Amino acid sequence: MVYDVAIIGGGVIGCTIARELMRYPIRAVLLEKESEVGFGTSKANSGIIHGGHHGSPKTLKGKLEWLGNQMWDTICDELGFGFKRIGELTVALTEDQLPTLDQLKQQGEEKGVPGLEMWDQERLLREEPRLNPDAIAGLYAPTTGVINPYEACFALIENACLNGLELVTDSLVQDIDQTDDIWTIKTNRGEFPTRFIINAAGLWADRIAQMAGVQPFTIRPRKGEEYILDKRLMGLVKRVIFPCPTPVSKGILVIPTYDGTIMVGPTAEMTDDKEDLTTSVAGGQTVFQMVRQVVPGISPRDCIAEFAGLRAVTETEDFIIGSTDKKGFINVAGIQSPGLTAAPAIAEMVGDILRDEGLPLQPKDDFVPSIPKPIHFVSLSTDEQIALTQKNPHYGRIVCRCELITEGEILDSIHRGARTLDGIKFRSRAGMGRCQGGFCTGRCMELLSQELDQPLSQITKRGGDTWIVREREEVAK
Amino acid sequence: MITDTISHLKKEYDVVVVGGGPAGMAAALGARQAGANRILIADREKEAGGILLQCIHPGFGLQHFKEELTGPEYAQRFLEQVLETDIDIVSDAYILDISADKQVKLMSGSQGVHVLSTKAAVLAMGARERTRGAIRTPGTRASGVLTAGLAQKFVNMIGYLPGYRAVILGSGDIGLIMARRLTLEGVEVAGVFEIMPHANGLNRNIVQCLHDFDIPLHLSTTVADIHGTDRVEKVTVAPVDENFTPNLDKSWDIPCDTLLLSIGLIPENELSRQLKLQIDPVTSGPVVNSMMETSMDGVFACGNVVHIHDLVDFVSQEAFLAGSNAGAYVTEQRPPGDNIRLVPGENVRYCVPHTISTDREHTVYMRVKRPMEESVLRLGDVYEKKLRFVLPAEMVNLKVRPRFLENFHGDTLRVDVVPCED
Repeated sequence: MVYDVAIIGGGVIGCTIARELMRYPIRAVLLEKESEVGFGTSKANSGIIHGGHHGSPKTLKGKLEWLGNQMWDTICDELGFGFKRIGELTVALTEDQLPTLDQLKQQGEEKGVPGLEMWDQERLLREEPRLNPDAIAGLYAPTTGVINPYEACFALIENACLNGLELVTDSLVQDIDQTDDIWTIKTNRGEFPTRFIINAAGLWADRIAQMAGVQPFTIRPRKGEEYILDKRLMGLVKRVIFPCPTPVSKGILVIPTYDGTIMVGPTAEMTDDKEDLTTSVAGGQTVFQMVRQVVPGISPRDCIAEFAGLRAVTETEDFIIGSTDKKGFINVAGIQSPGLTAAPAIAEMVGDILRDEGLPLQPKDDFVPSIPKPIHFVSLSTDEQIALTQKNPHYGRIVCRCELITEGEILDSIHRGARTLDGIKFRSRAGMGRCQGGFCTGRCMELLSQELDQPLSQITKRGGDTWIVREREEVAK
Repeated sequence: MITDTISHLKKEYDVVVVGGGPAGMAAALGARQAGANRILIADREKEAGGILLQCIHPGFGLQHFKEELTGPEYAQRFLEQVLETDIDIVSDAYILDISADKQVKLMSGSQGVHVLSTKAAVLAMGARERTRGAIRTPGTRASGVLTAGLAQKFVNMIGYLPGYRAVILGSGDIGLIMARRLTLEGVEVAGVFEIMPHANGLNRNIVQCLHDFDIPLHLSTTVADIHGTDRVEKVTVAPVDENFTPNLDKSWDIPCDTLLLSIGLIPENELSRQLKLQIDPVTSGPVVNSMMETSMDGVFACGNVVHIHDLVDFVSQEAFLAGSNAGAYVTEQRPPGDNIRLVPGENVRYCVPHTISTDREHTVYMRVKRPMEESVLRLGDVYEKKLRFVLPAEMVNLKVRPRFLENFHGDTLRVDVVPCED
């Protein structure tokens, strides 16, 4: 049996494409090398749905940014994950930065981005009193929003699977062959014959293209370190705060995440290692030093966690989206910022490319656009909590004390596909708070062990060799 | 009575104690002795006793019981005293909120959310461990970096080991205890690394847990990098300069699959923050007066939720006091308020309580910032006491008697620990 479409890569791009394609009556599979979707670049994404004005309309990414931005409201409504258009401010600290702000505003207006406003110092400091009092002006964009990128991946894939997608995790693509218009993807989990391949392999998209023998390109990783601050700083700033951009970078941002936690970063350092997720002393120093120029009250002492992600960067710095010199092989590569923002627009574009390439896509009648919304116990009213815990006592037991996450929510995460501690953490927030899993790791492991019928020694942080504990007897040997 | 069934509880209590560890149990006993009738201890675990239950090593109770007990034994002694009274203990129950009119929102693990009312509350939630994020150790995101307390839970409660070869960062007591525990379990412990020039754990633990097992302790040295993609493969350690910056020229690598962190505890104050209690930025716990009452009327606090203690014996003592005052609050026998504010001065990080009264005797707990050999503890210019040897790891306590303050008429009193002049 031959698939119509095989998507390689379960990042936010692969997941968005998968969900879009499942609107149509096709047979599709998504191959992901990690244990769960979103575990590569996507989980380390800043989570910003960019306002639409940052990218030049001359670039593909600049065009797709604004298109994608406008599509997120519907997706979030349908799939029930959080999205808040909190707005952003690009802040000028010196007179010579003002022309850059003007230029950004003009660019946004040309693209049709509504609501851009230039705020003077008085307005700026009234709206965001924690900004550097020397800030002289700010460009306000109401269209900017925040989501949790991993939540988007999980919700999109859950919905895609509900509509018939086959998801195969822990499957590393080893080789790709083409015979008579049929591609065969060889993985450690078997062979997948397909008419079309969507190469959404992120950092490894160049390697996949090479396996398929299409025109080569190179993806280089650019690392970004992010630092998460203690929840008690919630509300420090209300909007995403950008410094005035330079030709090389958008700079270090202050991001109130969807959950309200303040995150600062990212750095931007080229690296040659596609697995280099290290954080560094220099990275931390850069982040805090830069960010304190704009919001002086931020201190490294408030840091509760840090991580790094790798952007997939092409030679041209633009996206590579389109068919190739071999029929049926479509690249969706080099998706760096604003890739998350653009993702829904990219997915539609991929649908159009498939049609052009000869795959008829007629909407199916039984497409289900939504999934059951996960319960977030602590945000319910007392009456709702009482009713829920009477119906399902698992919601009455707090497992994660920092984020007040119940056993019911953790079980729900597992039933929706969490297979690892990170999978639980990114779905339910258990272990994401200031104790970073110090108290709840043991219980989360027990629940995984119970639901997946695996011994504790086989439970991992994020798949592969990321085991947590060993049997006594094993160590004694 | 000990129960996990909500219907066995009363609708109204005099004192609700949040947490059934050593602090919570002593506070309940204190409240009972002071005349409170209906007392409830709410504990989130299946068994009361708190973190003591995973501390299966000896060394507890030397002050309080004048004998050496293990953690579970120490907890059991208190539990038995509680069970001799009509104090209620509800296990598997989490206090979500306490309103200004003392409505307590309690969530049972098996029976859901319930609301009780109380006249007074005592916060005794304990502490949690600092994590890698707090010190921003650079390196990969490998699995195998965990706090010493979590490792202790794996080993002592769940019955699994955290790895084959461990390095311990930080010389806090739990790290020292775990160095010995892991060695006894067959895990190789390559060494303990402490960024400060002095150890952070009790001296007896350095001797009994490290020296006796030939585990090296490297002072002024830290973990500068963590390697390994999936699981920890090695760590880079390096000596630090006077600004605590690692000197990478003198660094070396240690192969290991586990890095335990024992880098300090922080009071667990989710509930305190929700109640909008005034928090001391130094202790990270609520500001308390000499009755251990917080900034919210009728809400008391004690134990590690207020400040990190080194010995559980002192927790019990402080908690008993907090409980008695909660009892006095509900029987309307509360003594008059404090009239002196204590201000940490030279080489004093903090003092608890934050205020005292000239009318009563108090025990004031404090911690110094740096070790000092022969030193003098001064209360303003009204009282001084010679101290042998002070260490940041060991709490200093001082009995402040009314007669010390007979000739004092101010409202703030500075507390200094200064070198001995003679």
